[in-house]
Amino acid sequence: MKTRIKTDWLPLALVPVIALAALPLVGSLPTWVTLTVAGLAMGMMIFMMASGLTLVFGLMDVMNFAHGIFISVGAYGAATVLTRMTRQMEAGSLASDLSAMIPAVLAAVALAGFLGWFFERVLIRPVYGDHLKQILITMGGLIVFEQLIHVVWGPDMIPLPRPSAITGSFILGEAAIERYRVLAVIVGLAVFAAMWLLLNRTRIGLLVRAGVENPEMVESLGYRIKRLFVGVFVAGSGLAGLGGAMWGMYQEQVTAQMGMQVLVVIFIVVIIGGLGSVGGCFVGAMLVGLLANYTGYLAPKLALGSNILLMVLVLLWRPRGLFPIGKA
Amino acid sequence: MLTRLLSGDFPRSRVLTALLVGILVALALAPFIFPGTRSLNVAAKVAVFVLLVASYDLLLGYTGIVSFAHTMFFGIGGYGVGIAMAKMGTGWGALALGIGAALALSLGIALAIGLLSLRVRAIFFAMITLAVAAFFQILASQLSPITGGEDGLTFRLPELLRDRLVSYYVVFGVALALFLVLLRVVNSPFGRVLLSIRENEFRSEALGYRVVTYRTVANCLAALGATVAGILYAIWLRYTGPDTTLSFNIMIDILLMVVIGGMGTMYGSVLGATIFVLAQNYLRDLMKLASDALAGVPLLPNLLHPDRWLLWLGVLFILCVYYFPTGIVGKLRAPR
Repeated sequence: MKTRIKTDWLPLALVPVIALAALPLVGSLPTWVTLTVAGLAMGMMIFMMASGLTLVFGLMDVMNFAHGIFISVGAYGAATVLTRMTRQMEAGSLASDLSAMIPAVLAAVALAGFLGWFFERVLIRPVYGDHLKQILITMGGLIVFEQLIHVVWGPDMIPLPRPSAITGSFILGEAAIERYRVLAVIVGLAVFAAMWLLLNRTRIGLLVRAGVENPEMVESLGYRIKRLFVGVFVAGSGLAGLGGAMWGMYQEQVTAQMGMQVLVVIFIVVIIGGLGSVGGCFVGAMLVGLLANYTGYLAPKLALGSNILLMVLVLLWRPRGLFPIGKA
Repeated sequence: MLTRLLSGDFPRSRVLTALLVGILVALALAPFIFPGTRSLNVAAKVAVFVLLVASYDLLLGYTGIVSFAHTMFFGIGGYGVGIAMAKMGTGWGALALGIGAALALSLGIALAIGLLSLRVRAIFFAMITLAVAAFFQILASQLSPITGGEDGLTFRLPELLRDRLVSYYVVFGVALALFLVLLRVVNSPFGRVLLSIRENEFRSEALGYRVVTYRTVANCLAALGATVAGILYAIWLRYTGPDTTLSFNIMIDILLMVVIGGMGTMYGSVLGATIFVLAQNYLRDLMKLASDALAGVPLLPNLLHPDRWLLWLGVLFILCVYYFPTGIVGKLRAPR
């Protein structure tokens, strides 16, 4: 027998409502389109970086304060590959651009995923179930690996070139839309769709969802939850690496601190969405991205505080986030 | 007398006692033993950070909650003095007003954060404080007409405090006094309740202690301690800026000092702060020698580069969390 869980539409409606409410405030349609695309692109990139964190928390009850390291490492990995591929990047055709970007992104994901595996194995495994030590250990990991990034890639920021075919913008109606942002939206949607299918339509996804609800029961049914943990942790780190590579290309530069700087926004997104909820994380990321761009245009002084304000409002409405997961 | 002063919480280890007495004497006589500007700066920084770290230990070590907003309170203290001195003249009245406003603001924010987010789990509190602290840092850099933005504020103090000797002893005296007050707090019945909450929140609640109230009070006390440390640091430096008070790097420094010194042992903050500040100032010179000696070897000189000193303290930090949860002090106190 299949039981249908009623979908909670209210938080989902929040995204279009905010977007439409901003339209009269912004005034002109082309500006609004530009801002909305920018907001969605930013939201998608934040989602890629945040989804791993929230999934890891939901499944393993581990909040990784060193998540920002995977983001930085992903960006550095992509930068290392891209700076060696100048020939493909300057060719100007989409195909040659992709031939440079795909290896770069793969390198980012692989590097961040490998680091995630190391992290889970060496640092986090001994402290499962002890939140205080988890926070301390992951902070320690953050310090050490941030320094190691300096050791490997040097202390200075490095520029991350963007392939030529996806720089610049095109005109749609009267609105100027940056090409790269469209790409970010496409990649973000693809990642979200893949995650959704994986979680809801496959056996592994079923186990992960069951593990989020009740790990002991899954284990007693004979599944090795630890192996599942490692897999999810590596996948989450890889996603952070992908997000970091995209974010680095968006900013066109890479620093060791960039992950830590985004981490605050990521935490806000994860809190807004409800700790452990991937769908909530997606909605939260869209909200944060859109709001940041609208307020950045309407009231630049307020822009940086808009995230915090949004978080406070959401928590007043739903103290455990938009889509609270069973245990909290 | 001594028992009263130390609230009956003796170091309980000969080596530790020797180290503590050594640090106390060195700090008390610093202007005479180490007359150079650099070493006096180091001594003042140690005194300020002992207080800052001890107040953080009240939260992390004794109550078992992780806050990332400690630098925010440190910064409020610094900016309280800085803004009052820079905008209202160099009188004692302005100084008192700045200090009072800083303490009141810290208390209010600590109370609000505590009541709103200490009901939920430790992780949630850590994330919320991180977000709030980041917001505060942005605020300080955005409101540049008031706070001086990224440049910070340089200001003049009342006549008497301009003397290096006087201001050093003000910093040292206040830090020492408040350290003893904190020692008193953790050894009071209130401190015992905090320990019981750290060990088992559920049982403490069942025994009739309101966990939220105790945690909130601890949070407020820690915030006030950090604010005073910020005030002292501003008085010593005659400067307040985001990098000296609000930066996330300082938060990481505080974590390193607490954990390496020893969580849940007030004396750990003395050792932690001393070792850290000394390492910060002198380990780099040592590492430069090692790095230069290894100039030909690949990667190794980079690992020992003077700017990488934090790497080694980070490794030490991780080892401490795993193997010596009570840090150096716990190790020294352990029966052999």
